[in-house]
Amino acid sequence: MHELSIATSIIEIAEEFAIKNKGANIIKIEIEVGELSGIVVDSLEFALELAIEKTVLERAKIIITTIKGMARCKQCGNEYVNSDWYTACPQCASMDFDITGGKELQIKSIFIE
Amino acid sequence: MCDTCGCEGDSPVTYNKPNEEHSHDEKNEHSHEHPHHEHPHHHDHADKHHSHDHKHEHGHSHGKEMKIEQNILTKNNSLAERNRGYFEAKNIFALNLVSSPGSGKTSLLERTLKDIGQDLNFYVVEGDQQTMNDANRIAALKVPVIQINTGNGCHLDAEMVNKAVKQLNVANDAVLVIENVGNLVCPSLFDLGESKRVVVISVTEGDDKPIKYPTMFHSADICIINKIDLLPYVDFDVEKAKNYASSVNHHLKFFEVSVKTGEGMSAWYAWLKDTQQH
Repeated sequence: MHELSIATSIIEIAEEFAIKNKGANIIKIEIEVGELSGIVVDSLEFALELAIEKTVLERAKIIITTIKGMARCKQCGNEYVNSDWYTACPQCASMDFDITGGKELQIKSIFIE
Repeated sequence: MCDTCGCEGDSPVTYNKPNEEHSHDEKNEHSHEHPHHEHPHHHDHADKHHSHDHKHEHGHSHGKEMKIEQNILTKNNSLAERNRGYFEAKNIFALNLVSSPGSGKTSLLERTLKDIGQDLNFYVVEGDQQTMNDANRIAALKVPVIQINTGNGCHLDAEMVNKAVKQLNVANDAVLVIENVGNLVCPSLFDLGESKRVVVISVTEGDDKPIKYPTMFHSADICIINKIDLLPYVDFDVEKAKNYASSVNHHLKFFEVSVKTGEGMSAWYAWLKDTQQH
C-alpha cells in the first residue's frame, strides 16, 4: 500500500505550497499518474481520502488524470501505446524500445482562491 | 522524538542493532507509546462516495491556477541522491536487494557473507515490518548490521536508509547490502541511493513473475534466479522467465543460483568483486 506514502507526499507538497503562498486556500489540485508509474489510481484516491483529513487539502477538489504508457521503437521509430512495459512494436514486432511516456507521477497544478 | 533510539514520535519505524541494550523487538525491553494516527471516523455524511467537492461551493470561480509540475517522489529522490553522493564519496558499493517474501534474499546474503566475507568488507541494512530475526542471522556471522522495522510500512525509503547508514557507520570501500521489505510492488518506486538494484526470484514462484510485476523488473539491474536445485521438481521454465524479464528490461543481467547447493554462486561473487572495484 505504497499509495499511502504517495498520498502523504502529495499533502506535504501542498502544505509547503500553502506556507510559501501565505496560507493560500487550496480549492483544487491536479495530479498526473502514468500507467507505468507503479501507482494504482483507485488505491491512491482511497489513501488520499483518508489522509487529507485536517490538512490543507481537506476541502480541495482532487483531480487525478491517467497518462498512457508510450514507447518509441528503436528499430523502426514507430511510437505506440505500451501500457505494460512489454508490448512489442505493432509495426515491426521489435522488443527494443524506449518508454517515452507513462512514468509520470506529479502534481500538475494547484488552484487557489 | 525518543531519546534512546532517535525514532520519531509519530513514526512507527525503528532502527536496532543486534545485541545492543536498546531494542524495540518482540521482548519490548524499552516500552514507550508510538502513537499511531487517530482516525476519529466522523461518518456523518450519507453518501459513501466522496466526490471531494461536496463541501465547497465556489460557483463560477475556479480559482487561480498555479503550475507546479512537481514530481511527487521529489523528496525521496533528492534524499536518495544525497545517499548516493555519500556512498560515492566513501567508495561504498550499495546494493538494494528486493524480492517477494520467501525468494531467499536473506539466505543468499548469508551464504555470500560466509563465502566471500573475508574478501570484501560487508555491511548490512535489514528491512522488515517486524522482528530482529534477519539482523540476528547476519550478526551471527560477525557482520555489522542494523535492522529497520517499518511497522506497517511496505517498503524502505531513502530517509530510513539515510538514518540507518548513519548509525551503522559504514567504512570506506565497503559493500553495503540493503535488504528491502519482501514485496515486489512497493519498493520499486523508492530509490534508496543504491549503486545497483538486485531482484531475486525463485523457481518455486511462477516464471511469469517478471511480467506480473514489470515495474520492479524494469527498475532492476540484476536478476538472480534462486533455488535452481529444485528445477527437476517444479514447472518453472528458466528460459521463459528470462525472456519475460528481458522483455521488460533488456539491460538485465542474470545469475542462476542455488543458495543451498552453491551452484552458480561463483559467477555472482565474481560479479560482486569485479563491479565493486570499478
